[in-house]
Amino acid sequence: MGIDLSQFHATFLEESFEGLDVMESSLLNLDAGDSDSETVNTIFRSAHSIKGGSATFGFDNVAKFTHVLETLLDEVRSEEREVTQSIVNALLESVDCVRSMLEAQRDESDYDEAQVKSVQDRLEAILGNSGSVAEETVDEVVSSGSTNNSEGWLIDFKPHLNMIQTGNDPVRIIREIKSLGLLEVKTSFDKLPDLSEMNAEDCYLSWEIELYSDVDESVVREIFEWVEDECDLVISPLSSEIKTEETSPVEEMLTATEVAPVQTQQNPEPVVEPEIKKAVKKRTKPVGENASIRVGIDKVDELINLVGELVITQSMLGEMGRNFDPSNIEKMMDGLAQLERHTRELQESVMRIRMLPISFAFNRFPRLVHDLSSKLGKKIELKLSGEATELDKTVMEKIGDPLVHLVRNSLDHGLETPDIRKAAGKPETGVLHLNAYHKGGSIIIEISDDGAGLNKEKIRSKAVSSGLIAEDEILTDEKIYDLIFQPGFSTAEAVSDLSGRGVGMDVVRRNIRELGGAVDIVSKEGEGSKITIRLPLTLAIMDGQLVRVGNETYIIPIVSIIESLQAKKESINKIVDQAEVYKLRDEYINIVRLYEIFDLQPETTDVTNGLLVMVEGEGSKIGLFVDELLGQQQVVIKSLETNYRRIEGVSGATILGDGTVAMILDVPGLVVMSRAKSSVNEDKVA
Amino acid sequence: MTTTAQAVDLQTDYGVSADVENQYLTFILNDEEYGVDILRVQEIRGWESVTSVPNAPEYLKGVINIRGTIVPIVDLRMRFGMDNLEYGPITVVIVLKVIGDNRERVMGIVVDTVSDTYDVPEDSIKPAPDFGDKIEVAFVKGLATVNEKMLILLDIDKLLNSGELNILD
Repeated sequence: MGIDLSQFHATFLEESFEGLDVMESSLLNLDAGDSDSETVNTIFRSAHSIKGGSATFGFDNVAKFTHVLETLLDEVRSEEREVTQSIVNALLESVDCVRSMLEAQRDESDYDEAQVKSVQDRLEAILGNSGSVAEETVDEVVSSGSTNNSEGWLIDFKPHLNMIQTGNDPVRIIREIKSLGLLEVKTSFDKLPDLSEMNAEDCYLSWEIELYSDVDESVVREIFEWVEDECDLVISPLSSEIKTEETSPVEEMLTATEVAPVQTQQNPEPVVEPEIKKAVKKRTKPVGENASIRVGIDKVDELINLVGELVITQSMLGEMGRNFDPSNIEKMMDGLAQLERHTRELQESVMRIRMLPISFAFNRFPRLVHDLSSKLGKKIELKLSGEATELDKTVMEKIGDPLVHLVRNSLDHGLETPDIRKAAGKPETGVLHLNAYHKGGSIIIEISDDGAGLNKEKIRSKAVSSGLIAEDEILTDEKIYDLIFQPGFSTAEAVSDLSGRGVGMDVVRRNIRELGGAVDIVSKEGEGSKITIRLPLTLAIMDGQLVRVGNETYIIPIVSIIESLQAKKESINKIVDQAEVYKLRDEYINIVRLYEIFDLQPETTDVTNGLLVMVEGEGSKIGLFVDELLGQQQVVIKSLETNYRRIEGVSGATILGDGTVAMILDVPGLVVMSRAKSSVNEDKVA
Repeated sequence: MTTTAQAVDLQTDYGVSADVENQYLTFILNDEEYGVDILRVQEIRGWESVTSVPNAPEYLKGVINIRGTIVPIVDLRMRFGMDNLEYGPITVVIVLKVIGDNRERVMGIVVDTVSDTYDVPEDSIKPAPDFGDKIEVAFVKGLATVNEKMLILLDIDKLLNSGELNILD
């Protein structure tokens, strides 16, 4: 039985990926000619633990590769070799290789062996070693030769039934082997009979012992000298072959599942096989994505403290309830208030467990900028700030790709090449700034650059030529910038492999909207542009304003409310007797009667008798007409789709204090619905 | 097979006799007796007020909160196009597990009253005759006779995944 190493694979892989991230960011800090010992040490340590781990778990390809990497790093560390840009680049590429190999291991898929080989060759070329020398050192560490300098011995120790009766204790023997080095013992219970048939003096167990030590075989044999006749003993050197054997059943299983269904089919069609292969691949994938989260011990401690206090409060209240006396009512109220406070704190700290600093998302950008700037021939300085700003893990995962896209866009289209910048009187090095901060219940992420900015005329003519707007349409700056988020819009003159296919920005906006966020852009030609993303901190809880329409209670997310007001008759205007607008200061805002959209019986149909809640979504404002404003409270968002389906204009539901359900309004959705409604009205007019 | 596992559980835990797989919970709707697979019944509750769902079909009365999950409630009379009945003290909601599109949903149906449970052997279920346009036959799993009474056995998966209740719709 022994220890099943595969249960540690996930942990090892996770740690290795973290190690790779550390290596990457440290490498980016490593400038040519500067061998800051601490940075080099950090890189070396990460590489070393990946090598050690992968050798232990039998990922020989990774171990071999990282060994070469480690050798190079060791030379740098001991200052035998100076850091050059080419070394840094080679190291960065090897980080990619290790990552792809580990990912392949995780997903049980293949990696690009040729690429790994070429990078390994480059590393070896830098090392100045001929391939064979490196190969030899690798063998020493990983696969272990067959002679004395092997990694250790595999001892297959099967005592005969009567061994204990001869006065030899197998445990003593194992203990003795232990004195030689590190042991890994697998006990086999195969021969263990039923308890009723067991003889106390018989030895039913056998052992498979892996000894990690460089002692001679004879030393090991000596220990077994007294029991040689009472047992079956096989001693063989530990080699990598055993490890590959361990992994092979997985392969066999895979091939078996691939082939078997085809065989059972009476008339196998050639199409079937690739399909099954795909199915096998797909099935194995989620295993690797087994999501886990690393939580700081302080956060856990805080939780335990809070739970402790909650228990105390609960027992106090319980005690009071049992001996209830009306004179104690005040104490009871105090206790309840305490309970409420603790519950809220508990809720907050549980939510905090899901919160990660945004540096997890930002970390990949130094590398991206480093690679792209050399590819594009631009000089770019990346500034990061607010990396400690925390946001929900789910939000973080979903925001990663849109952010990459936006940064790429800035690098590709926004920032100019050094000569153009010089001609425009700007410093040669462009600045790309990523910033994050909290504002209200949201997190704001800003991506700004001091590049060329958006060219309004170019956007306009492009939009006209692709039929998005009419030629004589008058657009505000905001509307023009909004055009770049339309599907199929791209002004890049040449489609590069970075961006310019026009499939990006609309996807970016859609992803952000799906998270309940918004994205907008400000730009000044010649001075740069700034993209601002606003996202909710968490997807599970939000602050809501309760409103009443007829007998129904709805919840409007507070983040989207601008203000609520009592309508004045003179500010309400009708446009062709169809649409109603409200004049708020110098803006005309479309009035949306919630009862009309949701088909309800309202208390009043006169706008001046109810209230208008001004909300913003999809870049425009509407005034929601409701009967009454109720309280504000934090609501836990529940999905309607679990048991029903999506409802237009509703983003979810929640459970109120009295146990009833209330719908949460989807403000951007309502804006779209109101637009659709007014366009129907326009058709009627026409 | 989860159904068999549950069947065993019921037998051992509650001493339910014989073949639980063929037990049906019956309810009354417009004086007719309908049956649903008893293993699909999660609970039976009295009628309580619901939160209406905007722009939903008329027979979807609304949603209620059952221990933290939001459960839609369908009025079966309205679904079948029968006359409405005033909800009273014996009006009940049967909460059912509905399987469709590879997922399990929980939904409630409003019926006039709950009647009984019967063992209906699989081979005594007769296919439903063609009702013409009146009832969608697809929702009827079959007809059975118990104690000289006719039972209409419903296929709740088809019924509660049909029309506007279908998530893909």
